[in-house]
Amino acid sequence: METFLGINYPTLWYLVVGLLFSGYAILEGFDYGAGSWHLFFKKDLSRRIAINAIGPIWDANQVWLIIGGGALFAGFPVMYATMLSAMYIPFMLFLMLLVLRSVSIKFRSAEEMIWWRKTWDIIYFTSNVLISFLLGVVLANLLQGFELGENYSYKGGVFFTFLNPYAIMVGLTTVALFMTQGAIFLLLKTEGRLHARLTFLLKKGMIFFIISFAITSLYTLLFLPGISDKFKEYPVFFGLPVLAFLAIANVPRLVSKKKYAYALIFSSLTMAFLLMLVAFQLYPVLLPSSIDPRYSVTIYNAASSQKSLGIMLTIVLIGAPLLGGYFLFLYKTFYGKVKLDDTSY
Amino acid sequence: MEVEILARIQFAFTVAFHYIYPPLSIGLGLIMVITEGLYLKTGNRQYEVLTRFWLKIFAITFGIGVATGIIMEFEFGTNWAVYSRYVGDIFGSALAAEGLFAFGLESAFLGILIFGWNRVSPRVHFISTIGVFFGSMFSAVWIVVANSWQQTPAGYHIVGEGFNARAEVTNFWEMVFNPSSVDRIIHVWQGAFLAGAFMVLSVHAYYLLKGRYIEVSKKAFKISLALATLISLTQLISGHSSADGVAVNQPAKLASMEGHYDESAPADLYLFGWVNNETQEVSGVKLPGGLSFLVHQDFNEPIVGLNAFPEDERPRQVNAVFQFYHIMISIGMFLIGLTLYASFLWWRGTLFDKRWLLKIFAFSVLLPQIANQVGWFTAEMGRQPWIVYGHLKTSEGFSQEVSSQQILFSLILFLVVYTLLFLLFLYSLNKKIKHGPYVESENPDEFLKYV
Ligand code: HDD
Ligand code: HEM
Ligand code: HEM
Repeated sequence: METFLGINYPTLWYLVVGLLFSGYAILEGFDYGAGSWHLFFKKDLSRRIAINAIGPIWDANQVWLIIGGGALFAGFPVMYATMLSAMYIPFMLFLMLLVLRSVSIKFRSAEEMIWWRKTWDIIYFTSNVLISFLLGVVLANLLQGFELGENYSYKGGVFFTFLNPYAIMVGLTTVALFMTQGAIFLLLKTEGRLHARLTFLLKKGMIFFIISFAITSLYTLLFLPGISDKFKEYPVFFGLPVLAFLAIANVPRLVSKKKYAYALIFSSLTMAFLLMLVAFQLYPVLLPSSIDPRYSVTIYNAASSQKSLGIMLTIVLIGAPLLGGYFLFLYKTFYGKVKLDDTSY
Repeated sequence: MEVEILARIQFAFTVAFHYIYPPLSIGLGLIMVITEGLYLKTGNRQYEVLTRFWLKIFAITFGIGVATGIIMEFEFGTNWAVYSRYVGDIFGSALAAEGLFAFGLESAFLGILIFGWNRVSPRVHFISTIGVFFGSMFSAVWIVVANSWQQTPAGYHIVGEGFNARAEVTNFWEMVFNPSSVDRIIHVWQGAFLAGAFMVLSVHAYYLLKGRYIEVSKKAFKISLALATLISLTQLISGHSSADGVAVNQPAKLASMEGHYDESAPADLYLFGWVNNETQEVSGVKLPGGLSFLVHQDFNEPIVGLNAFPEDERPRQVNAVFQFYHIMISIGMFLIGLTLYASFLWWRGTLFDKRWLLKIFAFSVLLPQIANQVGWFTAEMGRQPWIVYGHLKTSEGFSQEVSSQQILFSLILFLVVYTLLFLLFLYSLNKKIKHGPYVESENPDEFLKYV
């Protein structure tokens, strides 16, 4: 098998996909999180400011999902096809909610009527919460494994199986984590009364997160035996949950010192550590089969050819710096507090 | 209903809906690059007014294009799992390149384009406009490459058998430049330019008829008329070249486009007609031997007909392919006539005197839209029953685990959400057009001071 810097191609591509989805979770995490606070702001002006805080960047942040999806399709077509067709209903709902969310951002402020804005506010809020929730649900299903038979054929239920208790827990934890992330981001972008209210809300959000996180972790350790096994094998990786915890513990301190940018970095790190945990936990499996491990989708049986992976790694090496450049420029242009003007939503 | 049929209906519906918007975004992008460039060059603020006005409409089309496009990206996995595993190795790299090179460029600069007027210098803003435009052009390249590969596969070999069979890349550039991709990329780009140009022509013709915003409207009208004339004419060339390619690579598709059944005989060219698939007869107005002439420059040269292919390896909806194809051609010809005539009047200096002509232009926005849709329907239905031409049948490509209830559920969801989306699109388009480029009591220069 071909290697680069001593790492084989499927593993490298696993890292690429992992990085892209982490980037998506972190960046859209604060977008979805900001939206999940929407109905907690009472005044129309506050709601407008909150939407315009993500206004110029959410579209770009969403690109991480698009590239991540493309990268998954490209590198691990078997995984892409198996996961999406098995999780048909949650993904269709997810996609539809994405549409509703972007529409509500665009059209909410287009009219002055109160009923108009109220309706879009509700759609916007609900879609953000449900999107975050569904992302957690899908993640939980991945960790638990699918009922996969021979030739990656899915044997499980199709309509409601995905909504099991564990999935609901991880879903709620994801909502809480995104809301924390979103509140910090909004603190960075706002001032005045809204800012004061957010400081208050952030505290609630963190409590929500810590409780749901604790319950979910406990449940994982007790009921998903496969997961603790891996830790026994590689105790070093106990470091990851510890790091995640330390990072989130740092946030309140930074917020009280008004260092919001740093706080955002630390809550993003929490997310990164948790995702690394998931990635480490699964590797080299992508989609465990709960029927028989032999039927699992792994990075080796799901991968594209060596030739194709090589081409795509070249594409990434050229494309990633460009993309990084665009993002730096974009974020630099819109750094600072939100100011509403004639181009705003 | 069967899973296969439902999956096809859903795919066709979602992609056709998606394809209302990308051509507008690409075409309006080009118009904005031109008007903003003219503004920077001449300093005439009327061009700035135009750029800002069209940017508002562009923002809507782009937004809906993105929202519906994401759905397309994941629909391959949800509904066409077998196909996705089969083509992943090939398609993947095109989609990855599209994401990194095209969508990244587009989306990052979009923020600056729309919200950056007061934050960056005019020059940097212009660069962002170009960035977004190029991004949208690139994204068309990669997606059309992927589609062209499935029409005319090249640069690959098949490994594995039965369920595990799949195509793997052997030569990346051969895969990218497969026999049909260049022709089709150009044809698709041009279709998009026409969609944008006629949108602008339409709206400004409407203003001229109403006697509003006369000066800027005349400027915008002339710019897009020049563009539309040039592109309509060259569209004929790229279309002809596509057809030549189809004759070589997908003879069954070519035969369906003209309803040509005889295994080997000179083929006619129809102006319009109706195909009866049972009796294998076409009734309509034709130029005998015309297709033979277009393909071989000889009226008597035989062309392979549908009967030369086994029953299960040729399109079944021959009449549909025929009709869609002829609608596209008729629209193409009409656009050539319309723009040439208008350009002639422009040269004579009487372009804006004929109200009936402006009225035609006011409705003309629909024509390239229709042509774009039916063009894709020709290409995709003419490819049937293959999903990957010559290798994988559509009937084998769909997700085996997904049930028809699931698809019915998502299809209804799509219908509801897309109807809402389309109504919102029409509503905000109408609102932006009624509102106009600036407040009429002020001249554009004054107006811009207050912006
Ligand atoms: C990258 C690939 C790709 C691209 C760019 C397009 N298509 Fe396509 N199309 C497919 C890949 C595909 C497919 C996955 O291969 C389908 C699904 C079922 C099938 O037979 O082919 C298909 C089917 C399909 C059908 C149904 C044909 C039938 O079942 O009889 C229609 C009407 C279209 N497409 C229309 C379009 C339009 C309007 C497009 C413009 C955006 C388009 N396609 C782009
Ligand atoms: C069925 C195949 C298609 C898929 C899977 C697909 C996928 C996508 C995706 C994921 C997006 C969102 C990108 C973003 O956020 O910027 C998008 C938008 C876009 N697509 Fe498609 N697309 C398809 C067909 C096409 C075709 C054939 C064209 C070429 C003409 C095209 C041109 C565009 C453009 C220009 C955009 C940017 C948004 C816009 O301009 O409206 N797409 N598409
Ligand atoms: C004027 C004469 C025209 C000719 C001879 C022509 C020819 C063709 C042919 C042969 C195809 C099928 C290509 C394939 O399957 O590989 C095609 C597809 C298509 N046409 Fe046209 N066309 C014309 C005008 C137009 C116009 C005016 C538009 C839009 C404004 C348009 C938009 C399209 C689109 C979007 C496709 C599908 C993409 C593709 O396959 O390239 N065409 N055309």
